[in-house]
Amino acid sequence: MTQASSDQPMASETDLPASGPVQEVGEIFDVTRFGDYTQLTVVAPGVARAFQPGQFVAVAVGGSQTSMLLRRSFALYGVKPGSEFAGTIQFVVAVHGPGTGWLAAQRIGARLDLVGPLGVPFPIPREAVPAVLVGGGYGTAPLLPLAERLIALGSEVEMIVGASRAHRLFGELQAKRLIGKVTVTTDDGSAGQLGQVTDPLPSAIERLGAEIVYACGPMGMLAAVGEVARAHAIPAQVAVEEAMACGIGVCMTCVLPVRGGDGVSRFVRSCVEGPVFEAGRVRWADVGTLPADLHGADGMGVAR
Amino acid sequence: MADLRTSLGRLRLPNPVLTASGCAAAGKELSQFFDLTELGGIVTKSIMLRARSGRPTPRMAETPSGMLNSIGLQGPGIDSFLAHDLPWLRGTGARAVVSIAGGHTDEYVALAKRLYNHPVDLIEVNISCPNVENRGQVFACDPIAAGRVISAVRRAAHPNVGVFAKLSPDVTDIGVIARAVTDAGADGISLINTLLGMEIDLDTLRPALGGVTGGLSGPAVRPVALRCVWQVHQAVPHLPLLGMGGIMTGQDALRFLLAGASAVSVGTAVFHDPTAPIRILRELEAELDACGFASVTDAIGFAHKSEEQRAALLGGASQSVPA
Ligand SMILES: Cc1cc2nc3c(=O)[nH]c(=O)nc-3n(C[C@H](O)[C@H](O)[C@H](O)COP(=O)(O)OP(=O)(O)OC[C@H]3O[C@@H](n4cnc5c(N)ncnc54)[C@H](O)[C@@H]3O)c2cc1C
Ligand SMILES: Cc1cc2nc3c(=O)[nH]c(=O)nc-3n(C[C@H](O)[C@H](O)[C@H](O)COP(=O)(O)O)c2cc1C
Ligand code: FES
Repeated sequence: MTQASSDQPMASETDLPASGPVQEVGEIFDVTRFGDYTQLTVVAPGVARAFQPGQFVAVAVGGSQTSMLLRRSFALYGVKPGSEFAGTIQFVVAVHGPGTGWLAAQRIGARLDLVGPLGVPFPIPREAVPAVLVGGGYGTAPLLPLAERLIALGSEVEMIVGASRAHRLFGELQAKRLIGKVTVTTDDGSAGQLGQVTDPLPSAIERLGAEIVYACGPMGMLAAVGEVARAHAIPAQVAVEEAMACGIGVCMTCVLPVRGGDGVSRFVRSCVEGPVFEAGRVRWADVGTLPADLHGADGMGVAR
Repeated sequence: MADLRTSLGRLRLPNPVLTASGCAAAGKELSQFFDLTELGGIVTKSIMLRARSGRPTPRMAETPSGMLNSIGLQGPGIDSFLAHDLPWLRGTGARAVVSIAGGHTDEYVALAKRLYNHPVDLIEVNISCPNVENRGQVFACDPIAAGRVISAVRRAAHPNVGVFAKLSPDVTDIGVIARAVTDAGADGISLINTLLGMEIDLDTLRPALGGVTGGLSGPAVRPVALRCVWQVHQAVPHLPLLGMGGIMTGQDALRFLLAGASAVSVGTAVFHDPTAPIRILRELEAELDACGFASVTDAIGFAHKSEEQRAALLGGASQSVPA
């Protein structure tokens, strides 16, 4: 539901972006495997043109007679708007169920039906500020173009990439090429240091004098990163992943409880008002519940 | 080229393809993908008197050729809708069908009164809501409660604005409900709303939806929807019907017209393809031509017609249509 701007946590986000998403059919130009992941490079000049780091693409899966009605969402990176060649986009697929299984099995030359770029991008500071970027699993993907953007601004950037195990790491090499300073963690110690991304985060923030943290990964990790940033009194901008039916803001399936600038919490759509949120505004502990103080909860028969 | 014009009671439409309530919000997001005025109309998400948070997540589960949703009618409430969403939609020049929902008859009446002085093309009354005054019994499953809501809304709404009752397929005899809302003064009937269903998550071994049960939509429900349109057209042949349920192509849309719908709504297909309503309209136009229909009006209810009526409508083309 399109809501009144006064109802929104961040008023500037209610207006649709000037250069909105497009729907286009793009040919797969390259397929590369990284550990457990499959990276697809797809010719998609329309999606590439308006892309900003943090945005995602919604891909139809299963072919023209598919019984899988809903699009699958993937964070974008490696976007080349193109000069003499048509623009290309990249996204990485972790096989989760039938839809991602179908995508990971596609070959070069196959055509994909895409809608994008979707969602609110990572906010970029006006001037160079030291920043720590934290990626969990394939969550590193959207941080790569963000790092590029921040470095181009002259920001000092450090990156922490983590996963449960070595095969679930993504983007370590690309990150090292971009930044040089990359810390790797795995839960089982099969690569980098044993532990979680939040272990080296405090020292990275302090060493750099970081003024902002950016993160993408599982919900629990984002909540923990938000806590560390809060303890250092700096903001954390995080990209969430919530099940989405439409990806374009019309269905209301993808909501999270988010505290607004007015102090009132609401269910907000992570596809159009996210996927990037200020971590401190998301009520992580209440995800999957209906908190009694949420705007409109009284209308559901929940006692306040 | 077939004449695409149709009407839903007094409301004349340039073509018979609309969006479905809850699948197009109030049009703004879809306007990034196509010109809203090209459709027959935009049916807005059911609005209630007060703001509603909706249900906890997860709110959806994909199922074979369909999906379950348990949104729980999240919305900003009628005041915000009238201040922001409706003016925006009207500003585009699109036709606005406003869907209303409530927990008791008085709430529906209050909504109809709030809409009285606003530029609305049609009111669709979503009666697939639990009746707070009758132990949560869904209005649409009870002919008496359904009739009471519709007659009250009909009296409260602007006399020039049509009132359509939106029916649920989860009833023993949909014809009984159709007759009840017709007797209550409905100007037409929209059908079908989603079917009640559920899914269990094998990771958690619990219901997959936060709301436990949810509404099933998409191509999986299309045969049920088509049957409902057929039966309701038989029950109340003179009432205009807005048919929906799993429409993905122009062929699907034509089947609903043939079963008795005067127009169709496209819902879940939008999630698969944001331009689906426009594509379906183009495909429907081609299908009508291919079948030899000179107009949408000729196709409405055609599957019910006798051999003589068919021959009269299709003229020379009748031989190619199997009996
Ligand atoms: C903004 C965003 C960015 C994402 N980026 C990536 C990425 O870069 N790489 C990657 O591998 N995956 C990413 N995901 C997750 C990916 O979309 C899901 O893993 C995928 O949809 C699962 O589909 P499936 O058919 O394999 O699994 P199933 O479990 O069979 O999917 C069934 C349904 O549930 C939905 N669903 C299930 N799990 C998720 C989930 N975790 N998130 C969202 N929807 C889900 C699916 O869309 C589908 O409609 C992202 C999700 C979002 C919302
Ligand atoms: C996510 C979602 C939300 C819906 N919300 C509403 C609603 O608010 N009011 C209503 O009358 N119907 C609602 N519906 C039902 C649709 O309008 C439609 O009747 C039904 O989905 C069948 O059509 P379809 O298969 O084309 O989607 C909703 C359906 C979906 C999938
Ligand atoms: S996925 Fe439909 S509103 Fe976000």
